[in-house]
Amino acid sequence: MSTTLDPVQTQAAANGAAGNGVHPAPAYEPNMVLATRAYDVVGTRPVRHDGADKVTGRALYGADKQMAGLLQGFVLRSPHAHAKIVSIDTSKAEALDGVFAVVTADDLPPAKDKIVDVGEGDTRLAYVHGNVLAKGKTLYKGHAVAAVAATNVHVAEQAAKLIDVKYATLGSSMTAPEAMSSGAALLHDDLKTMEYGQPTDKASNVAQHFQWKIGDSDEGFAKADVVVERTFDTATVHQGYIEPHNATALWNNDGRVHIWTSTQGAFVVRDVTATILEIPVSQIKVTPMEIGGGFGGKIPVYLEPVAALLSKKTGRPVKLVMTRADVLEGTGPTPGSHVSVKIGAVNGGKITAMQGNLAYEAGAYPGSFVAPGGMCIFAAYACENVTVDCYDVVVNKPSSAAYRAPGATQAAFAAEQVIDEIAGKLGIDPIDFRLQNAAKEGSRRVDGPKFRRIGCVEVLEAMQRHPHYGAPLAGPNCGRGVAVGFWFNVGLESSCTLSVNSDGTVNLIEGSTDIGGTRTSIAMQAAEVLGIPAEDINPQVVDTDSVGYTSVTGGSRTTFATGWAAHDAAQKIVDEMKVRAAKLLEADAAGVTHEKGVYSAAGKSVSFREIAAQASRTGGPISASATVKPRGVGGSYAGNIVDVAVDPETGKVDILRFTAVQDVGKAVHPSYVEGQMQGGSAQGIGWALNEEYFMGADGGMQNNTLLDYRMPTALDLPMIDTCIVEVANPGHPYGVRGVGEANIVPPPAAIANAIQNAVGRRLQRLPMNPPAVWQAVANGN
Amino acid sequence: MKKTQVQTIVNGRPVEFLCEPRQSLLEVLRDNLSLTGTKEGCNDGNCGACTVEMDGRIVPSCLVLGVEAEGAQIVTIEGIALGSGLHEVQKAFLEGAALQCGVCTPGFIVATKALLEQNPNPTEHEIRFWLANNLCRCTGYDKIVRSVQAAACRLQEEAPA
Ligand code: FES
Ligand code: FES
Repeated sequence: MSTTLDPVQTQAAANGAAGNGVHPAPAYEPNMVLATRAYDVVGTRPVRHDGADKVTGRALYGADKQMAGLLQGFVLRSPHAHAKIVSIDTSKAEALDGVFAVVTADDLPPAKDKIVDVGEGDTRLAYVHGNVLAKGKTLYKGHAVAAVAATNVHVAEQAAKLIDVKYATLGSSMTAPEAMSSGAALLHDDLKTMEYGQPTDKASNVAQHFQWKIGDSDEGFAKADVVVERTFDTATVHQGYIEPHNATALWNNDGRVHIWTSTQGAFVVRDVTATILEIPVSQIKVTPMEIGGGFGGKIPVYLEPVAALLSKKTGRPVKLVMTRADVLEGTGPTPGSHVSVKIGAVNGGKITAMQGNLAYEAGAYPGSFVAPGGMCIFAAYACENVTVDCYDVVVNKPSSAAYRAPGATQAAFAAEQVIDEIAGKLGIDPIDFRLQNAAKEGSRRVDGPKFRRIGCVEVLEAMQRHPHYGAPLAGPNCGRGVAVGFWFNVGLESSCTLSVNSDGTVNLIEGSTDIGGTRTSIAMQAAEVLGIPAEDINPQVVDTDSVGYTSVTGGSRTTFATGWAAHDAAQKIVDEMKVRAAKLLEADAAGVTHEKGVYSAAGKSVSFREIAAQASRTGGPISASATVKPRGVGGSYAGNIVDVAVDPETGKVDILRFTAVQDVGKAVHPSYVEGQMQGGSAQGIGWALNEEYFMGADGGMQNNTLLDYRMPTALDLPMIDTCIVEVANPGHPYGVRGVGEANIVPPPAAIANAIQNAVGRRLQRLPMNPPAVWQAVANGN
Repeated sequence: MKKTQVQTIVNGRPVEFLCEPRQSLLEVLRDNLSLTGTKEGCNDGNCGACTVEMDGRIVPSCLVLGVEAEGAQIVTIEGIALGSGLHEVQKAFLEGAALQCGVCTPGFIVATKALLEQNPNPTEHEIRFWLANNLCRCTGYDKIVRSVQAAACRLQEEAPA
């Protein structure tokens, strides 16, 4: 029953806000949904289930946890970018009135030499351990060294200042090129470069160098009529969630540990904390509180083991909440990067070779997401000759964490500018040039896999047809740019349980932290199967004792995978409902059919609600669980059209109009899909134009407040128009693809291309802030 | 540290509390009065998550000392809803999907209510200007601005002619 809906007809519902006379309706449709298939619940826009709690202040976030006897803590952090810890004397702190306990790395069991799963990949336990509390050396300014529990946070802070730490400062390596140079200060004595997957005995800051290759790029470049090669840098930026990290822990008298925290993965917190503290996972219960944003940055474990240790020492529950400076200096960020790209094409427009060289700053410990950067850098293009080299480089900055499509935005900033430049040199429209070379089903990605059904072409076509692309562009120093980007969708593992209530509603239990409305998008998929309204499902995110294992809310997987578990559990409910209906209808269960919540056999029928009411009479409670480990993941392409105005006197870039296009497979709740696209775009704009860690000569961040680490405000942005493209993912029951991340990939490149078209200058470093743009305009570069 | 006794009106009811002179109003609301709907994002006046109304003006409560609240009338997010119902601004935020993680939402709702009381029919620019001290990292502000517009429309329709 595939129907092609006219996009103009499918949009009206979304935009009630602007259309009732007081404010004039916009002259164009700001939010389009190019739907390919209609369902009853999936694709509608119900009010989210947790909405009332979140607009009244009742929703409880991590820092809101209160309980009798609660102590508050403070973490002491390294003032040096790189230093040996000579000694730590905690006696003065411990003697302060109101202080209950102080912990340092010596209170942690020594790290075994083993590999741990930290949510979206594996790393050495020693690295996780060392980042939680520094042992022997501090590797960045802001590195946690000790922690205090006291009657309140002020006393704890005062006590932390009384801890006497003697440091011997060491030389530091602050950027990838610096850290890779000969004679660079080494962060880890035992770090030897893995070269092409093989261990070497080279002590270095380069944790890994590897290469992917298809075809022969030299041959490809030899055939090309045009070759462009350029190098690009991007500054370190932060995920910037508004809620600081926090953790409250109670080490109970029976040895059981209960942790309340804001995290993207309660089970990851449980498992990593158990590994660090060397206690069985079953001894820890993690209750995920509401979370105030994460974007990948709330996957790592920072405070939980420390709060647990403090609780063990004091016999009281202990709460730790980071300050904003702690967040900026001690968590995240996303890697700064140094990327060179070389692309060749023949007249007429076919790309003959692509080559990328990516060095990413992992921060203090290996693991910079350079690998996904390398996988994504040319993922929008089908090319026979591609070579990509990746370098994972440790530097004296905070250990980097995932940030929305980690690694891909830096890569696209480089690749999509070179693509644009070649299109210009060949005299081909930039979207036409991309379309001519676009990846499609069967194209091979440089790291090996062949794409299944993907929507790269459909996204580019939607951009080309979008009214924005053809709209006149007025004014001096104005320019329009485009770019596209790719990001994956991961499966991992999810669990879900449904229980039918006697009034015909259904309780849904799941374990995926809800950062942006996923309770609802998961409930909607169960509702669709059951043939009942979304409002009749009551979704709850519960603790790790109360639901089956569920992986992180990350990798654009929650609506995709936990929604799938809900779908499967609902299908089991339907099967059981058929058995119950058979009893009520006095028919054979095999002959019962189900459609939209009505069960029929032999000309009679009974509703979901009636069966629910009669459950006790027909065999007892109706409940079902399902777990999934999906494989049919659907990667997503996103594209932007952006208009900018450059002020040549100040270098300030204003975004005049911004359109975000993305293939989402199927938009389960289009409003929240648009929200992801708009939010990712806004983060991409901040990354493009403002955000940056300014590092001082001492290796410390100079702008560690939200005044100076300047994220976009409402006044900095225009409306962000969206165009949802739906190319169903054949691997998912409703065709869902990952939605949350691909949208941050193209904005910096699209804006750079727009600046080029506005003032004829190609910016090769992020951020493209007023001084950089002014200088480019004034100096001709 | 010696505590000071402070008398205020919070969400329309007289409230008395003891606080240390170094405690911010934000800390007092959250820790002393258990009004945790007001959020902390930065503790230095730069995110707006802690926005409350104090004597008719919106302020970042992290930049006000608890002792400064003596004699003041304070409205927090917990005081916005009308009885068991919701304020039009709250309804508009829900219907317009103006929140994702929701941690910025209390501050935005308090600030929006104050805006619409002063300026019932703001332009898009006026909305963006007024809300520029409230950071939201999730939404890109689009749906927030549209929801403020929707709330303005509804409140104007409701207002006696
Ligand atoms: S916490 Fe007060 S402005 Fe951020
Ligand atoms: S909804 Fe998350 S910060 Fe605004």
